[in-house]
Amino acid sequence: MTDGASALQLVLGGDPVLYAIVGLSLYVSLAAVVLAAIVALPLGALLALTHFPGRTFIVVVINAFMGLPPVVVGLAVYLLLSRSGPLGSLGLLFTPKAMIVAQALLVMPIIAALTRQTVEDLWAEYRDELTALRITPARRVVTLIWDARFSLVTTLLAGFGRAAAEVGTVMIVGGNIDGFTRTMTTAIALETSKGDLPLAMGLGLVLIALIIAVNALAWGARRVGELRAG
Amino acid sequence: MRAPTSDLPVSFESASLRVGDVNVVRELSLTLAGRTPTVLLGPNGSGKSTLLRLAMGLAAPTSGRITWGGRGAPGERLAMMFQRPVMLRRSAAANVAYALLARNDARVAELLTQVGLADLADRPARKLSGGEQQRLALARALARAPEILFLDEPTASLDPAATKSVEDIVRAVAASGVKIVMATHDIGQARRLAGDVVFLARGRLVDSAPAHRFFASPATPEAAAFLRGDLVI
Repeated sequence: MTDGASALQLVLGGDPVLYAIVGLSLYVSLAAVVLAAIVALPLGALLALTHFPGRTFIVVVINAFMGLPPVVVGLAVYLLLSRSGPLGSLGLLFTPKAMIVAQALLVMPIIAALTRQTVEDLWAEYRDELTALRITPARRVVTLIWDARFSLVTTLLAGFGRAAAEVGTVMIVGGNIDGFTRTMTTAIALETSKGDLPLAMGLGLVLIALIIAVNALAWGARRVGELRAG
Repeated sequence: MRAPTSDLPVSFESASLRVGDVNVVRELSLTLAGRTPTVLLGPNGSGKSTLLRLAMGLAAPTSGRITWGGRGAPGERLAMMFQRPVMLRRSAAANVAYALLARNDARVAELLTQVGLADLADRPARKLSGGEQQRLALARALARAPEILFLDEPTASLDPAATKSVEDIVRAVAASGVKIVMATHDIGQARRLAGDVVFLARGRLVDSAPAHRFFASPATPEAAAFLRGDLVI
């Protein structure tokens, strides 16, 4: 296990290249989840509270999009942002911003679908009470998201897990540029194909540790919140 | 914020509610008026809760109609306390504040004091005992400054001490001029609180009378059997 030993050395030795990659990965995935949540939380809640023709179709499509292939999302965003594409003039292709947008698109259906389910279940319990209190529809959405907040933490973590673990979209729209758009997953893919297995393994270990750390933090925050709010 | 119009009287004009094949409420004609507390009495499944939901505007009759102060839609000054009220995931005080139209800490404190929960204002609502939760639900309903307060079996799962504290609050609310309409299957509670009694069985209105008359000489065999303690289904 000499590979494993040098991987550990890389991680513990504070290699600046490694930490730059870790930092970018974390930044891109967290920003993508925040961006996706801003759109998908209210959208999911609204979908849970409304009934209109075609609603079932939208629900099924969003549920199906939880399994969107990352490379396809990457390709679509690539086409949008490429120099000859409709948003080409923004010059975003092969930048972290493009990666954030692409990952947000990937994560949005997950957050929207799980939020819709969570809020719909809660609405069944709250419907009479909120109606009797004559709460306006907009305020119902806010109330339900707030009261479901502990369950929704898990939803956001599912989105983060998806973003942090995927390689297809960031590879295509980021381009895996050294020191600029290289993330842990694209670096692992590259180093593995180059044969630098210690670095690939070191990155893999850090990636897993990071995902565990983010989940542990979120779980702790959830516990504290639950203890205080009931 | 007092609306200029009144929701009283609430009139049911041969209102029915069918759910699937079941007539939950059948051709009910009833007028809820005045300021004396009305108690809806009857066995489980007699339609008491449904009558309250209709009167609150939470459900619409499948036939017949309901009017509030002569209008076809319920107004703002109705409030309802459910048998198992939903406690929002926040403090007791925040649950009351939630029902107010504008932030008013003094009013929240006043309402919590009225229901004897001033000391528990900062406690998470879901951590309160059953009786405390019922009283908090009462405070939240009262925050809407209702003209009519509907109560659905407010003490169904409470012990006598907790029941008494809820009844005392209801009595005080009634004395302050709020029209109370309360469903219960507890004859003792009906005797303690009722001004008028509406007796229901199997979705039909069987008897409607002032409480003293209803308890002294029930006009129908079903009501008499129910008061004797026989099983009325």
